[in-house]
Amino acid sequence: MTATGPATVPVTAALALGDDALVLSHRLGEWAGHAPVLEEEVALANIALDLLGQARILLSLAGDEDELAYLREERAFRNLQLVEQPNGDFAHTIARQLYFSTYQQLLYAELAAGDGPFAPLAAKAVKEVLYHRDHAEQWTLRLGDGTETSHERMRSACEALWKFTGEMFQPVEGLEADWARLEAHWQESVTDVLDRATIPLPEGPRTGAWSAGAGRQGLHTEPFGRMLAEMQHLHRSHPGASW
Amino acid sequence: MATAAAQRTTRTADSAPDTVDTAAYQHAFDAAVAADERIEPRDWMPDAYRATLVRQIAQHAHSEIIGMQPEANWITRAPSLRRKAILMAKVQDEAGHGLYLYSAAETLGTSRDELLDKLHSGRQKYSSIFNYPTLTWADVGAIGWLVDGAAITNQVPLCRCSYGPYARAMVRVCKEESFHQRQGYELLLALSKGTPQQHAMAQDAVDRWWWPSLMMFGPPDDESQHSAQSMEWKIKRHSNDELRQRFVDICVPQAESLGLTLPDPDLRWNEESGHHEFGPIDWTEFWDVLKGNGPCNEQRITQRRRAHAEGAWVREAAAAYAAKHTGGTGGTGEAGHETGAQRA
Repeated sequence: MTATGPATVPVTAALALGDDALVLSHRLGEWAGHAPVLEEEVALANIALDLLGQARILLSLAGDEDELAYLREERAFRNLQLVEQPNGDFAHTIARQLYFSTYQQLLYAELAAGDGPFAPLAAKAVKEVLYHRDHAEQWTLRLGDGTETSHERMRSACEALWKFTGEMFQPVEGLEADWARLEAHWQESVTDVLDRATIPLPEGPRTGAWSAGAGRQGLHTEPFGRMLAEMQHLHRSHPGASW
Repeated sequence: MATAAAQRTTRTADSAPDTVDTAAYQHAFDAAVAADERIEPRDWMPDAYRATLVRQIAQHAHSEIIGMQPEANWITRAPSLRRKAILMAKVQDEAGHGLYLYSAAETLGTSRDELLDKLHSGRQKYSSIFNYPTLTWADVGAIGWLVDGAAITNQVPLCRCSYGPYARAMVRVCKEESFHQRQGYELLLALSKGTPQQHAMAQDAVDRWWWPSLMMFGPPDDESQHSAQSMEWKIKRHSNDELRQRFVDICVPQAESLGLTLPDPDLRWNEESGHHEFGPIDWTEFWDVLKGNGPCNEQRITQRRRAHAEGAWVREAAAAYAAKHTGGTGGTGEAGHETGAQRA
């Protein structure tokens, strides 16, 4: 896909970044009413809202935000498989958040420093994402270096999601970033946080054997279809209606 | 704060004053309430006043956090991204209200953990309105318009409540609730003016939520067990029936603007009284739901207990981490992950 939007925004890139934000926001929204402590109801909703705000701007660069969110089929979504993974327990949510927020913050910082079409958005969003990253890091430390139970849960979550982290550094068409440097910085940062959290760095492969390209090419995991079914059903049940 | 306050703060509530002192403090308290001054946490106050406030603030806080459930039920299905953002922000506000209110209760010497235990074990209640289900998207609108509308009618007078921390919390809560009420109205308006199916969805939601909303003001004045004393203490400023009538008078013209009807054949304008008369409320249903027999009582409390139980290991981890790294004093970051264990 090489199409560009009205203001010469690369559509592929807008969809990739927009879908990441949309899908992770949705997953975090599933926590509402289920969080382990009231402060986390506020914090998780806050992160979800920031991401939804980013998603709306990005999808609007690529077309109509609601058409894109509600009327595309699963194979047309360009988000990372990482962000569509089910919430699991709080440790899984935090591990997913640590991996993604670190990536997103580094990527947005780089985009903000450039003069590409995403620079203005990235400059604004990077401030929010810095908070998301801090939130995830603080919780990784607490859970990793908290009790035996929390350590085990956090370790197991970091390992389970590790195979979804390689995909983040495959170049996205239309995004000017030094992907190799991004990956090196990401590894360095995540290694440091896990080290401080007394959690061993996962050793497995960082991509699944069959999933080359994966979410960025529209290849998703089974739970994603169910997530979309829930997200889209009301909108699709009333074709053409406005809300 | 005037002179009465200065006298009241010379001794904290924890100490045990002798009888003579008690009479003097009671006198100063009564004078402060009569003069419309605020009672503050360190002021002496009668035990029954403290207990009444704890009961009321706790019930209010519990209602905020249980009240997240029926609306959160639609976050993942919101039909547009704009509506999804508004709904998420609203549910987040409710968690925030819960935080202010539990903090207000803490100023009276009751910890959040203690109150949550009472909620989970059924010793304290939350507003019965949240024991009704949200069956369609329009219910999100009806809750905003009617349930939040009723809550505002109840809560605006609480901004002048005699207990300072509660009154101040209510100022913030009411500002946000009035935004919630407007978004509910606006959501219903979009449905009412939308397709025939959307209009029907809106009407159905209003039909189901109208009577339970009227019940939110509590039993009729002659059956309300706590009202008289609360009015005297200026915790409560208006009677249940007065507030209910005020709410009906506000809603009737709004329903007309919405193009929706209210499900009450007896509803009519009374020129003489200057109020809208309304039909009899089914108090049997009210007491039934209050006793636990509503459509969602069990579901709501089960979800709350489960979230709390499943989060126990997280709270324990945060407490253990804080103990290791800050000598157990908490203060572990801006997200405020203070846990019950740390506070206790």
